[in-house]
Amino acid sequence: MKLRRRTRADGAGQRHDPCVAELIRALGADRVRADNAARHLASADASMFIDGAAGPVCFPDSTEHVQAIMGVAARHDRAVLPRGAGTGLSGGAAPLGDPIVVSTTRMNRVLEVDVEDRVAWVQPGVVNLDLTKQVASSGLHFAPDPSSQQVCTIGGNVANNSGGPHCLAYGVTSAHVLAVEVVLSSGEAVVLGGLEAEPSGYDLRGAFVGSEGMFGVTTKIAVRLTPDPESVKTLLLAFDAVSDAAATVGAVIASGSVPAAIEMMDKRCVAAVEDFAHAGYPRDAAAVLLIEVDGPRRGVEAETDKVAEIGRAHGGTVRVAADEQERALLWKGRKSAFGAVARVAPDYYLHDTVVPRSKLVEVLEAVYEIVDRYDLTAVNVFHAGDGNLHPLMAYDSREPGVNERVAAAGREILEVSLAVGGVLSGEHGIGVEKRDFMEYQFTSADLEQQALLRRSFDPHCRLNPGKVLPSAHSCADIASLSAFKADGVWG
Amino acid sequence: MIAPPVIEDAELLAFAAEVGPSGPVAVRGGGTQWHVGGAPDHGVREVRAPSGIVEYRPDEMTVCVRAGTTVAELHAVLAEHGQRTALPDGSGPFGSRSSTVGGAIAVGRSPVTRLGNGHIRDAVLQLRYAAADGRLVTAGGPTVKNVTGFDMCRVLVGSLGTLGCIGDAILRTRPKPEHEQWVQLEDAEPQTVLRTARTATAILWDGSVVWARLCGHHVDVEDDLARLPASSAAQPPDLPPYRWSRRPKDLYCLPEETGRFIAEVGVGVVHCERPDPDPPPVAPGVAALNRRVRELFDPDRRFNPGRSVERL
Repeated sequence: MKLRRRTRADGAGQRHDPCVAELIRALGADRVRADNAARHLASADASMFIDGAAGPVCFPDSTEHVQAIMGVAARHDRAVLPRGAGTGLSGGAAPLGDPIVVSTTRMNRVLEVDVEDRVAWVQPGVVNLDLTKQVASSGLHFAPDPSSQQVCTIGGNVANNSGGPHCLAYGVTSAHVLAVEVVLSSGEAVVLGGLEAEPSGYDLRGAFVGSEGMFGVTTKIAVRLTPDPESVKTLLLAFDAVSDAAATVGAVIASGSVPAAIEMMDKRCVAAVEDFAHAGYPRDAAAVLLIEVDGPRRGVEAETDKVAEIGRAHGGTVRVAADEQERALLWKGRKSAFGAVARVAPDYYLHDTVVPRSKLVEVLEAVYEIVDRYDLTAVNVFHAGDGNLHPLMAYDSREPGVNERVAAAGREILEVSLAVGGVLSGEHGIGVEKRDFMEYQFTSADLEQQALLRRSFDPHCRLNPGKVLPSAHSCADIASLSAFKADGVWG
Repeated sequence: MIAPPVIEDAELLAFAAEVGPSGPVAVRGGGTQWHVGGAPDHGVREVRAPSGIVEYRPDEMTVCVRAGTTVAELHAVLAEHGQRTALPDGSGPFGSRSSTVGGAIAVGRSPVTRLGNGHIRDAVLQLRYAAADGRLVTAGGPTVKNVTGFDMCRVLVGSLGTLGCIGDAILRTRPKPEHEQWVQLEDAEPQTVLRTARTATAILWDGSVVWARLCGHHVDVEDDLARLPASSAAQPPDLPPYRWSRRPKDLYCLPEETGRFIAEVGVGVVHCERPDPDPPPVAPGVAALNRRVRELFDPDRRFNPGRSVERL
C-alpha cells in the first residue's frame, strides 16, 4: 500500500450487509446510513491512509444506542470503529476490514457544568472549542487546545490523548479527564475514574485515555475545567539562526520558567503565514518563537521581562503584544500555519515526533538535510517547549514517484528522532501510520504487555482492530478482519 | 534502519532476574504505606528495587531514578538545580522521609499540594518494571510529551505492585517557585480562598481554620495576601492517618460523626482519625474490569499476594 490521492472507497460495501436491518431495528432508520456517500465520508480521516472501507455508519444519540450497536456487532462478529470529527492524522479513525462505524456527531451536548467543582460532563461529540466558549462566562476553560480545536471533538481528544500549544504548562488531555463512561465490547457501560478525589482500583481512566478507540466507545466524559489566568502576555522573538531560537528555548526552561506555550516557526513557515494571515511576523528571520506567559499579573510582568531578556541575550529581537488584538493576530499566524502551507504546494504530510529539547537543533538540521535530499520542501512549525517536532513536507502528489519520496523521508525523520532518544509520536498517535514502527521503540515484551491491557478491555478485539500494535502483537483477528491485509501507510 | 531496542542496563536486568518468572514475591520500598490495600501475605519472598539517580537532565526537566531511591534523597539532588517532582518527600509534617520513589508511584497518592502541582501520575513519564514472566518491560517513554502506544504508566501508578515490580522511573521535574510559605487564615471560607488565592498549591481546612500554601513570585504571593482575609505565617497541621475520597464540594457536608479531619480543599481528600465508614461504591462492571487486568498481567497472582487495589 502506498500513499496516493484519496479515491472513492469501494469493494465490500456494494454487497448486501446483513447487519444493517438489525441496526435500523435497534436505532431507527434515521440513525443508520449504509449508502455509499455516507460510507465514503467515513472511509478516511485526515491522515494519508486512504484504503479503508467503512461498513454501515451509525449516529447514536445515547449510551443505550451504542450498547445496541455493540450487541449487533457481536452477533455478526463485526468490528466497531468509533469516529469523532475525523481530524486525526495517524489513521486512527480510518476503517480496516469493513467495521460498523459509530459516529458521535449527534452526541454533542454539554450535559452539566459544575462551576464550584470546576468540572463538566460532556458527550463525546462536543467540539473542543465549543466547550470553552460555553463556560467562558464562568472564568473557566478546557485547557487542551490542539490546532484542530475548532472542529475536533472531546471524544477524539480522549481517544488520542491530544495535546496542543498550551499543554506545555497545563498538561495533555489525560490530566484534564476525571471520568469517562464507556461502552465495552461486551456491550456493558462502565464509568472509569470518578469525580471523587481518589477513585478505587487501577487507573483505568488513565489507561483508556489515548487508547485510540481500541478499548471502548466513549459515551460521556467528565472534564476538568481550568480557571482563566489573571493575565496573559504573548511575545514574538525573531532570530537570525535556528540554533539561537533553540538555545533561547533551552535557556528559558533552564531559568526556571514554565511558559504556557513555546512555539517555533522557521523561515519558510513565516513566509507562508505572512502571505496568508498577515500576522506581522518578520520575513527576514531564520526562526521565530511565539512564547506565552500567563498567571497572576505581577509575576507575568516579571516573567515577560525575563523571557525578553533571555531572547535578546541570544541575539533575538523581541516584540510583546500590546493588547488583546495584537495577541490574537500573533496566534492567528501560528494557528493558520497548516492552511497557509497550501500556498507552498497543494499537498502536505505533517509529521509528529518528540526529541529531547537539547537535541532540537541537531534534529532540525537532519530534517532539512533529509527533506532536501528527497527533493521535497520542509516547513517547520512546532511545539519547541516540549521538543515536539512537526516537520511538514509540502509536495504535489501529481508528480510521479513523489509519494514514495515522502514516505522514505518520513521514515528517515523517525529514525533520527529515535536515535537521539525521542519517541514516535507526541500527540497525533500511532493508528495505522506508525504501527509498524512500534517495534523500533518497544521490545516484544513491551508490546505484549500493551496487548494485555487492550485484551483486558476488549477480549474480542472488536474495537478498531488492526491499529497501534503491530500484527504479531495484536490479539486474534476477528473474522471480518482476517481476510484483510492491513499494511502500514509506509509499509 | 534502526535496530529494535535492547535493554543493556545490568542493574535492572539483575533486578528482573531476582524477581524471576515464578513463585510469590513482594516488592518492598520504604514500607511506609503497607496499610494501603493490605500488607503482603506473611513469609512471601521480598525483593528491593535498586537505588540511585541514573541520569538527571535539569535542562530537559526530567530525571531517571531507581525505584529504591527515597524521594527525599532524589529531591535533595534536584534542589541543587532549583527543581523537584510532584512526589511526596516527607517534608514538613506530611508522609515519611523513608518513602521511596517506587513506593510512592505504586501507592499513587499525591501529597497535599496536588491542587497546584497536579496528581503524581502526571509526573510519571516512563517506568521500567519486571513483568510476571520475569521479563523487563518499558512503559511510556523518556520525553516530556509522548502518545506512543497505550498509556501503560497510568495503570502502574497506584497498582500497589500487583501488576509488575517497578525498577526505575523517568519523572518530570518542576522548577521550585521563587517564594513559598504556609499561612493560616482567620475567619475564612475555604471556597472563597479557593476562588481568590491565585498562588495556592494547597488549601487545608479542619472545619473552622484554613491553611494555605502560597507559591510563586513573591509579588504574586503578596497580592494574594492582600486579597485574602487576615492571615499569619504558620506551620500546616498534622494529618490524621486515614484518607477518605470525596468530591471537592462534599467536603462541606461531612457527617457530624466524622471527628477531627483535615480536608484538601479543591481536591476532595479528607484526612480523618478513622477509616471511611461510607466509601463511594465500586460498580460491579468496574470491579470485574479491575480483576481482569490483574488476572491478565499476573495470572498466577505472584505479585504482592494479599495486597489488593480493590477496596476491601
